[in-house]
Amino acid sequence: MAESILGKLGFRRASGVDEAGWGRTLAVAVVAFIYFLPVLFIIFTAFKPQGDALLVPPTLSPTSLFGLIPDHFVFKPTLENFGSVFSRSMTPDGAPEATGFDRYFFNSIFIASASVLLALVIGTLAAFGFSRYPLKGNDTYLFIILTTRMLPAIVVIIPVILMFRVVGLSGSYLGIIMLYTAFNLAFTIWMMKSFFDELSPDVEDAARIDGSSGMRVFFKICLPQVIAGLAATFVFGLILTWNEFLFALLLSGPDTRTVPVAMNQAVSSGGRGTDWTLLAAIETLFLVPVFLVTFFLQNHLLRGVTFGTVKR
Amino acid sequence: MSTIELRKVTKRFGSFTAVKDVDLSVAAGEVVCLLGPSGCGKTTTLRVIAGLERVTDGEVVVAGKVMNNLPPEKRDIAMVFQFYALYPSASVAENIAFPLYHDGISGAERTARVNRVAAILHLEHVLDRLPNQISEGEKQRAAMARAIVRDPNCFLFDEPLSRLDVELRQTMRGQIKEVLQGLSKATVIVTHDQLEALTMANRIAIMKDGLIEQVGSPHEVFAKPANAFVASFIGTPQMNLLEADLKTFADGTADMTVAGISLAIRTDAAVARLQPGKVTIGVRPRAFTPTDTGDRGTISARAELIEPMGAETLIHARTAAGADIRVVVTRSQRVKVGEALNLRPDPRQTHVFDGAGKAVRS
Repeated sequence: MAESILGKLGFRRASGVDEAGWGRTLAVAVVAFIYFLPVLFIIFTAFKPQGDALLVPPTLSPTSLFGLIPDHFVFKPTLENFGSVFSRSMTPDGAPEATGFDRYFFNSIFIASASVLLALVIGTLAAFGFSRYPLKGNDTYLFIILTTRMLPAIVVIIPVILMFRVVGLSGSYLGIIMLYTAFNLAFTIWMMKSFFDELSPDVEDAARIDGSSGMRVFFKICLPQVIAGLAATFVFGLILTWNEFLFALLLSGPDTRTVPVAMNQAVSSGGRGTDWTLLAAIETLFLVPVFLVTFFLQNHLLRGVTFGTVKR
Repeated sequence: MSTIELRKVTKRFGSFTAVKDVDLSVAAGEVVCLLGPSGCGKTTTLRVIAGLERVTDGEVVVAGKVMNNLPPEKRDIAMVFQFYALYPSASVAENIAFPLYHDGISGAERTARVNRVAAILHLEHVLDRLPNQISEGEKQRAAMARAIVRDPNCFLFDEPLSRLDVELRQTMRGQIKEVLQGLSKATVIVTHDQLEALTMANRIAIMKDGLIEQVGSPHEVFAKPANAFVASFIGTPQMNLLEADLKTFADGTADMTVAGISLAIRTDAAVARLQPGKVTIGVRPRAFTPTDTGDRGTISARAELIEPMGAETLIHARTAAGADIRVVVTRSQRVKVGEALNLRPDPRQTHVFDGAGKAVRS
């Protein structure tokens, strides 16, 4: 009896690889929601009036869901916080001033995309070389490339700062982009090499015989086959770079500051304690670009790499 | 002229010699099959012709030009790969058109050519699809279409039919033969399937361990195998190879001991040149005639296993000394398991191989 009810709810063990029943889907949705709660809480906080942020018990929902949620858990959503991200009064009773956050968002987007794209271009070419034209001791080179990612940032930061000081790259776009590119390269080369390794060499041989030069084989035959890999590498690199804090804190100047650094300074300056609704608003805005990129590339991310090249 | 010539071609990978001193010439319009067991170097030979492997020694001459140092894209050769190697991100039409981009052919001419070969190979209905959206047979034909769409120096096929099912393989065999006949190009086909080689080739080159063992017409390699390897490799069921001890030879009859039985069999006159000693006797399963009474010209054996094959019946028989003999008889001849057989080999189809395995033939 109990079994048949569970069965109807979709809890029965599916044979084969059919789509999951409603019961399982619901169970997974509940777990997923628990994981999503902190993010949701931040997003809701961004819409709360300033005074609501520290209420105990906290307000939980912007709507009462037709009377389902008691009134003292409901807050009145406002866009005020998003406005103060870009412009607010810095002193009590002072006139609103521009905060420069438009610039910081541009910096984040520009620096992250420039360094990830640069790493993708250089890394993909390098990966193709490592995959198709191996050097003597190829694996050693690859290992050495990976070692650049083995030390935590804090360990290498002092020599990096010194180098940047000496050559005058501190606080410049070029400096921070080069640094992020170097850090993304290791990851890009390893990722892309494994994608190239998966490709059938026969297809490239065929293209050679059909009259293509090595370059043409790379651009016309190999690259189209690893688009999914390029998308995946781009997104992972972008997320890592987008969220990077330490290098940005120590190497960016006032003009090249990225959002994570600016965020830190915005909420802790002025000696008035942490402005939680402002912080939540910045974080919410900060989520949007990466969220959009990942959302639009998700089809490529999910697609298998070897779509029907050769079945062996 | 569309010809291929290999002169003393050797290919070594490190210390391993994949192809050894191979000499082979393919005339225009001729189809030569490289046939041999796996790892015999036949695919390497093909890749050497294509330029995908560089020769260690010797000369590769295509269309009268030494091609040793030319990369594959400069050789103007068309090749069909075992796994088809279609470009996965391009449609079938784009796949077929791909080789034409390098010949400076205009867009309209390109479309016309693609449509023409698509019609020959019945691919019109799949031109817009991607390679992973078409069947195995269509992939094979698309790969073929890509090869014949331009006018190359020669054609190379690497196990072209190995991935098709039996029925499709028969149809495609006919189709490939038909298409090739209309093109009059030098063609090399690599295969491990002797039926494929025997049906499609003008000449067959049988390879083993990087060496060409024999080159000849399908008829020659079957009827006059140069050595014991070729004899056992060509023909199904396999030729019976029996260890024998040659005593004397007189009047076209060899006196010998085969598997403990003293026999007097008529053989080729060239056997007279041999010193008495170890030889190998080769008799095809269809070259035996079962007789009622045994004499010194017959081998006696006992039927152990009967395999009806339709029109014929395959009998596995064993001699008193333990040698296995395969005999094929017509369906009307009923043989029971355990029955004693007296098998008379046809003297014109009895091959004698010397101690080194070389055929002794006048």
